[in-house]
Amino acid sequence: MENLQITAAKPDSALLDLPWKIPLEDWPDEVLAALPRGISRHTVRFVRLKDRVLAVKETRDHYAFREYDLLRRLGKLEIPCVVPLAVITGRADDNGEPLETCIVTEHLAFSLPYRAVFSQSLQPKTASRLIDALAVLLVRLHLIGFYWGDVSLSNTLFRRDAAAFAAYLVDAETGDLHRELTDGQRAYDIDLARTNIIGELFDLEAGGFVDEGVDLVGIGDTLVERYNELWDALTSVESFPAEERWRVDDRIRKLNDLGFDVDELSIVTDLDGATVQIQPKVVDAGHHSRRLLRLTGLDVQDNQARRLLNDLDAWAAAHDRGEDSEQIVAHDWLMRSFEPTIQAVPHNLRRKLDPAQLFHEILEHRWYMAQRESRDVPMPEAAREYADEILRHRPDEQALLGSLPGDTEIIELNETPSDDDTVEAAAIQQIEAEDAATLTALRAGTLDIDGSVTRRSAFQR
Amino acid sequence: MATVTFDHATRVYPGTERPAVDQLNLHIEDGEFLVLVGPSGCGKSTSLRMLAGLEDVNAGRILIGDRDVTDVQPKDRDIAMVFQNYALYPHMTVADNMGFALKIAGTPKAEIRQRVEEAAKILDLTEYLDRKPKALSGGQRQRVAMGRAIVRQPQVFLMDEPLSNLDAKLRVQTRTQIASLQRRLGVTTVYVTHDQTEALTMGDRIAVLKGGLLQQVGTPAEMYSKPANVFVAGFIGSPAMNIGTFDVVDGAAKIGSTSVPLEAQQVAALTDADGGKVTVGFRPESLDVVPAGTPGSFAIEADLVENLGSDSFLYGKLKDDAAALHAGDSDQVIVRVAPGSVNKGDVINVVIKPGQAHVFSAATGERLAGANDSVEAPAA
Ligand SMILES: Nc1ncnc2c1ncn2[C@@H]1O[C@H](COP(=O)(O)OP(=O)(O)O)[C@@H](O)[C@H]1O
Ligand SMILES: Nc1ncnc2c1ncn2[C@@H]1O[C@H](COP(=O)(O)OP(=O)(O)O)[C@@H](O)[C@H]1O
Ligand SMILES: [Mg+2]
Ligand SMILES: [Mg+2]
Repeated sequence: MENLQITAAKPDSALLDLPWKIPLEDWPDEVLAALPRGISRHTVRFVRLKDRVLAVKETRDHYAFREYDLLRRLGKLEIPCVVPLAVITGRADDNGEPLETCIVTEHLAFSLPYRAVFSQSLQPKTASRLIDALAVLLVRLHLIGFYWGDVSLSNTLFRRDAAAFAAYLVDAETGDLHRELTDGQRAYDIDLARTNIIGELFDLEAGGFVDEGVDLVGIGDTLVERYNELWDALTSVESFPAEERWRVDDRIRKLNDLGFDVDELSIVTDLDGATVQIQPKVVDAGHHSRRLLRLTGLDVQDNQARRLLNDLDAWAAAHDRGEDSEQIVAHDWLMRSFEPTIQAVPHNLRRKLDPAQLFHEILEHRWYMAQRESRDVPMPEAAREYADEILRHRPDEQALLGSLPGDTEIIELNETPSDDDTVEAAAIQQIEAEDAATLTALRAGTLDIDGSVTRRSAFQR
Repeated sequence: MATVTFDHATRVYPGTERPAVDQLNLHIEDGEFLVLVGPSGCGKSTSLRMLAGLEDVNAGRILIGDRDVTDVQPKDRDIAMVFQNYALYPHMTVADNMGFALKIAGTPKAEIRQRVEEAAKILDLTEYLDRKPKALSGGQRQRVAMGRAIVRQPQVFLMDEPLSNLDAKLRVQTRTQIASLQRRLGVTTVYVTHDQTEALTMGDRIAVLKGGLLQQVGTPAEMYSKPANVFVAGFIGSPAMNIGTFDVVDGAAKIGSTSVPLEAQQVAALTDADGGKVTVGFRPESLDVVPAGTPGSFAIEADLVENLGSDSFLYGKLKDDAAALHAGDSDQVIVRVAPGSVNKGDVINVVIKPGQAHVFSAATGERLAGANDSVEAPAA
């Protein structure tokens, strides 16, 4: 019999405590974390290990190593994706029967599967924000030569990014990293993305989460439009008369606005010097987040960074610091505005959102208060009211619990097939009530370890 | 439905010198199940992806039917890649799971239902059409995924190692299902695998690739009985063919202290480049056990005997010249023997059954035809 083997860049002996001798779908509820997840083909479970949440997926040897390796390479290329921790091979049950290989990834904190984003029903505006985020991710992947092969909302995780979302790749199983992609590979990925997204929206519709009259195919089509717009902005060749040199700066500024830095721009002048052709050769996402990181040491997503930078500028103007060095002003803003604002939120509520998102939402709230009261509202005051009136009632998104009521079916889909195809309304209500209770308990830090047990027994009646 | 033609199709990856697929010429008949097989890295997936439109064709062309699709976008090629992903939608019925792509394309409802019902009948899913996927078994879920491709009624199905992420049990079951399904549907199918057993059991014809070059195309029987070169001879068949290179003396190959006669036309086909040597291969089942001293026989010492129920295979060494023969990756000779007739350590004498020796040029590895080959020469 083979021995259990853990392949990991940074092995963690605590992984050995997980019940590898049991098929993943039979893992006891004590080790599981009942978090929502997307639609999948393999058995996937979340587990709590010490203070971390991990995702475990059962797959075949070759695929596990491939995915582990691809995710690591994508991470090194600074693509937003889940972080692979280990591959577990040589599993066997007590009778020595071999069990499938597992790949373990870190649960992405503050991530929302798309089904959790539509917690009540699908809002077309929210849907198109998700699509925008996915388009950006797909363009970034294509720019570095990654062919995804299975683009979908389920294979993407979303994190709030100021007023927008940032998309993270979660499933690299069908992917491949090439030197560069052919047009055919890009076209295939885009077409598949469209088909999968519409399929996933149809599924929400079938589950009763979509209002009548929403154009789901239209939402899918926006992915193609957004992708093409962004791809063109980032890669197209632009020609202009030599006297319109300002268009070089203009192009760079446009790309900065889209969140990209231009690391290499090819500029070709024709023989008589009358026309100039420019084309970005190397672009790098994260224009705003890099700038904020450099100025303040804050490492946040790009739209959050853009928001924070805007506030920094406004703060500098208000404090008449326009002449001072950027670095020093940024440091003062961090100590005198950003930090005190976050500190003004009670400690137990602060962990519900990541700090940059929290700051963004407080800025929004301050704007709203200022409108209401026609006066300048100081940030700490806005923070306190925001915490009290809004944040208190929001779910904890660090490791979001609870999902769409009908989504218990997704949790079930990979388990032993049964003949039931409907879940009784009463059972759903009970699950909802239990979810709410679990949420409260989690927030209060008193999560009953059996929370998920009751949840599932209710479902199985 | 349609034929598929690779016409000198070549793919050179950016930054590489050697083509990953080099001047591939292959014509696949309408309705045929063609398997591309070969060791890892030989260019199978590249060939398939060229057909799918995912790889650029740097030279040559690809046709589906009479239509040159070399520069056509993947989604406009009227092909379906099967099994690439098959996450099923939990809130949708099995019927909707199968037909949703048609709904996106704006196909009329009645037509969608009709196509879905037809596909369900073939897939044995009729009674589940109005259920949710969670009511299905693993195998049935997979058939729903196949149904998605079938309802689109593509001209060609493409499958790249579709079984490789299934467990052993489901793999054998699905292999049979795919083959019989393909025969019932009659849709031209190109199937990639590195597993020669899969190729032999599933394909109408097999194309063996090595280093980006097509080695041979033929029916499983042709590939098995008339391998066009030493590579195909060693690759097709399990356990593998025994192969060795020997001196030619007086019109016979000197195998150890014995002479195995060659046919006159094979001897005549030798060239200077062969340097008086010839490569001879024979399958484990092509040997008869005979008494010591029988002309043309050689002695083999058994290192290991493997019992597979109806068959037993002896793994051993040529007594005279242990290094002369090898089979597949092993440096051993393999002989099929009657179960229970031989034990480890025994020495047996064998002769090659008449007409069952495969003879190849020592220099080029190409098959040297014998009298048995004359009926229809395998085309490469
Ligand atoms: N590291 C992770 N963090 C958060 N969610 C995850 C993680 N890994 C997997 N998931 C969830 O599990 C689902 C299924 O995982 P995925 O890798 O897509 O499996 P499959 O290969 O079977 O499609 C995803 O849609 C996602 O919601
Ligand atoms: N995107 C790529 N870029 C460069 N070389 C590649 C790429 N894909 C495959 N190759 C190379 O081309 C050859 C054929 O690969 P492939 O078609 O995947 O073989 P197979 O499917 O038979 O294993 C191999 O040498 C492989 O390393
Ligand atoms: Mg997935
Ligand atoms: Mg391959």
